[in-house]
Formats: sequence, C-alpha cells, structure tokens
Amino acid sequence: MSKLLKEQISDMQMLCEDVYRMKIKSEYVSLNAKPGQFVNIRCGGIDALLRRPISICDVDRENNTFDIVFQIKGKGTEKLCHKCAGEVDIMAPLGNPFSLDDKYKSICVVGGGIGTFPLLYLLKSSTASEKTALMGFRSESAVVLEEQFKAAANTVEVVTDDGTYGKKAFVTELLEQRILEQKPDIVYTCGPAPMMRKVAAIAEKSDIACQVSMEQRMGCGIGACLVCACKTKKGGNDDWGFSHVCKDGPVFWSTDVCWE
Amino acid sequence: MNEIDLSVDIAGIGFENPLIMASGTYGFGKEYAEYIDLNELGGISVKGLTLQERKGNPPPRIAETPAGIINSVGLQNPGVHAFINEDMPFLKKYKTKIIANIAGNTVEEYCQMAEILGASEIDAIEMNVSCPNVKAGCLAFGTTPKGIEEITSAVKKYCRQPLIVKLTPNVSDIRSIAMAAEAAGADSISLINTILALAVDIHKRKPVLANNFGGMSGPAVKPIALRMVYEAAHAVKIPVIGMGGISSGDDAIEFLLAGASAVMVGTANFVNPAVPAEILKGIKEYFKRYKYNSINDIIGKLELN
Repeated sequence: MSKLLKEQISDMQMLCEDVYRMKIKSEYVSLNAKPGQFVNIRCGGIDALLRRPISICDVDRENNTFDIVFQIKGKGTEKLCHKCAGEVDIMAPLGNPFSLDDKYKSICVVGGGIGTFPLLYLLKSSTASEKTALMGFRSESAVVLEEQFKAAANTVEVVTDDGTYGKKAFVTELLEQRILEQKPDIVYTCGPAPMMRKVAAIAEKSDIACQVSMEQRMGCGIGACLVCACKTKKGGNDDWGFSHVCKDGPVFWSTDVCWE
Repeated sequence: MNEIDLSVDIAGIGFENPLIMASGTYGFGKEYAEYIDLNELGGISVKGLTLQERKGNPPPRIAETPAGIINSVGLQNPGVHAFINEDMPFLKKYKTKIIANIAGNTVEEYCQMAEILGASEIDAIEMNVSCPNVKAGCLAFGTTPKGIEEITSAVKKYCRQPLIVKLTPNVSDIRSIAMAAEAAGADSISLINTILALAVDIHKRKPVLANNFGGMSGPAVKPIALRMVYEAAHAVKIPVIGMGGISSGDDAIEFLLAGASAVMVGTANFVNPAVPAEILKGIKEYFKRYKYNSINDIIGKLELN
C-alpha cells in the first residue's frame, strides 16, 4: 500500500550534469518498496503543480533510506535539484513492480540513459545466480552508477552512442550478443521507448520472457485521472485498451504492450 | 459556541459538507481511499460515464501549464452498466453522496443512461454537456441556451434522481445558459467545466496533447470560474455548485460567497490527496473567525462595490 508521507532528505548528490541522486529517510518506503516502483514527489511552486513520478533506484533497509535518481527535464525537476535538505512530500511506493521470481536463475537487465536507474534495485533484490547488466548511455559524461551495478551484477557492459566510453554501439546489440553467448531466463528493460521496443522484439524472437518499464506523462499517479495511457492487448484476440502506466504499470510484460 | 454545521442541501440531497470531488479527477473513489477517509467527503462525482465503454484518446493526455493542467482523456470509462455492477458496491459502503456524471453522443443516449441509473443507488445525476475532448455530441449541447434546454427537458423526464447540469465556460454568456437549464427543469447546475486550451511543444512544433486541444483546469482558472459562478448564481434560483481551481479553504469560501451552495474539488486532488481535509479545516477556521454557524450564512454574501 502506498502512503502520503512527509520525509526528510538525508543526502543529495550530483552524479553528472543534470543528473541527481536524492537519498530520503523513510522507514515505510524502505520496508515496502519493490523494484520498479516509483515515488510521486511534490517539487513545489505553482509552476510545477503536479507531482513528478521518479523511480526508486536503491533501498537501504539497514539505514531506512531509499534513493531516487532523476534528470533535470523541466520546471519540476529543476526545483527538486535545489532541495538539499529538509522535508519532501511524497506518495510512495507506487505502481506495479518488476516480477522477481526464484525460477529466473539467469537475468539480464537492459537500460538506456536515465532508464538504467531502477534496474539497480532490481539487480540487488534478485536471487538469480547469473545477473547481467547491459547499459547504454549517450556519452562518457552521462555514464553513472557503474560501480554500483558492478557490485550488484556478475557481468556489466557499458556502451555509448558516440563511443567515448566502452564500445560505440546500441545496447540492443549487446543483448543480441548476450543471448547468443548465454540465454537469460528473463530480460528486464527500462529506457527510451524505441530501445525498449527493440529489446522486446529481440526477447520475443528468442522466446525469452521480458518486462518493460513504460513512461508517460502522469496526472495523479494513482490510477484516478487516467491520463498516463499505454496501449495494451486485451484478451486473446486483436482487442486492445488503454492501460495506465501509474497503476497497471510502470512495469508491463512486453508481450502485453501494443508497440507502435 | 455551537458546533459548526457544514451540511448543505442541494435539490433535496443532504450533503454532510459542501465538498464534492469533481468528475474525472477522482476515478470511482477507490484510488483515493488509501489516502483519506471517503466518509469525510460531502460527495463524489464519478468519472464521466457513457452508455458503452469508451477507450479514450491516445496519449499524451495531459500537459502542465503555469498553475494549471490541460487534459484530454476523452471519457475513457467502462460504461454505465459496468460502473453500476462493479464500482457502485464499493462506493455505497461510504456515507458520502455519489453523483453519476454522464455524457453521450445523442439526446437518446443521455436519456437511456438516466433511466438505467434511475434503478441504481446513486444520489444524483450530473449531466456533462460540456466535455471538450470528444468529437461528437456532448459539448455541442452545452453551448447554446436552446441546446441546453432541449437536452435538459428531455433527460429530466427519465431522471428518478435530481439532475445537475454541468456547464461549459466556453460560451459568451453563461447567464443565458444557466437560465435555460433552470427553465428546462434542472435541479442544480455545476460549473465550470474545463476551458478549451492548447499547449505547444516548440521543439516538435506540435501540440503537446495527442488530441491537439484539451480542457484546462487548476488554480489558473479560478478567477474566471469565480466570475462565471457569480453570474450564473445571480441568474438562477436553483442551487449552483462551483468549481475551478479550488485548492484551499479560502478558495472554497470565495466560491460560496460568490453564490455557490457547494463546491467541487478537482485538480488539487492530484497535487495533494489529503486536500479535502485541509479545505474543510480552512472553511471551519473561517467560520470560527467570523462567527458563522452554517454554510447558509455565507452563500452568496459577496457584496459588489
């Protein structure tokens, strides 16, 4: 169950240009948050009226804290990055989490840009014996949290669009290669929609289960306003409907999504 | 001093307090039950219902603007029958009054829905003749006095519960529209629905919303809403339900003073699910400060200069 909470910021750090990690003290969220879930955070000010949904990147149960990592994209996140201490108004944890089943012995996460962040908590929570993280960034300057991913996965590969760090390649090429070497039981992905669409297609072709974390402009964050629509399949035939990223998602099975 | 009485009667329905959650912002109530006690609300106007299920518009369905939002959901809903069978039982567990908001493509559809809902346990019907986000019908009925009069008198015949007509602000003279609704038998009117608006993505040189235009709400529209509520309330004798950007007790008091008998809270719920309790607290503080005992003491008490 999600709660409306007033919690304290315990740390704030700039990870790279425009990307920040906020550590928030919250016993409730640290105990209840599952990988793939998000917080809906109030940024403040009348210009950024709506809360901003930001996925949970990491949880520290010993210290009752959790991390969110976000990129400055507009007025809300711009305001948020200036909060270094004090209280934050959050609704959390929200959304449908990633499916972590003990039957998945070998897992592979595929992240693009800021979409990589929620995959860290997933890797840490998974009981799989073989964990692979494939991450793609725009450029060397955007590569963050690599050490944390290395500590959480057996294999970590990083590529960049411009080749300034790792190979110059798309992260989807890494996935194709990985499947040839060792086929994972499940692929989890989060990042730009075109990347996730490709990941879903690759997984489906190889008959691998795949979960995607979708993104859409949200209103309430709890399934009441119905604005964050995501076209999904309904029943066994060609019927479809609009599911909602905040409540039915953000995590969907890739085969349930109508990719357009 | 006596206990403050916030109860209000609208068309024979006794609301425990004048706060009603605005249609389209509160789903069918259950999403918010995790955050507040729904019993504390005067009423809930549920997500707009249509005769058949509607899938709604493609995303993006929302854009943020200074102190406001523009939405174009396009009446996504499971249809009136599914609402009665699957969502009403949950809502009836609470003492809060339930208003069914209905929208249709034709007069016949509205009448059919009113008849179907007549057999249900809902407390009132709010007729949406002002949705800016669907292509056929709906808004067309709400923009002329003649249109309002025709649809209101037709639907009223099928209503077992009180009929509230929800008015659009996208008209040149709200008074004539309000009077037409009253003349045709409306038991109450609610306003304002959202203001037709546009948000532009300058990088894509396209509208932000997939449906191009949408309806604007939030604190930015409050002054316009207040003016229209004032005008409508002074043109009719039936009770007026005011809405548009209400986020605090003071905001609600402004609408009551302008002539509203009750208020609806919409966009503010997205920002803060606990806002109804805060608004009620604010109203009570105002009452204490000025030694009012009843809502009726302040309705329409705005004195023009």
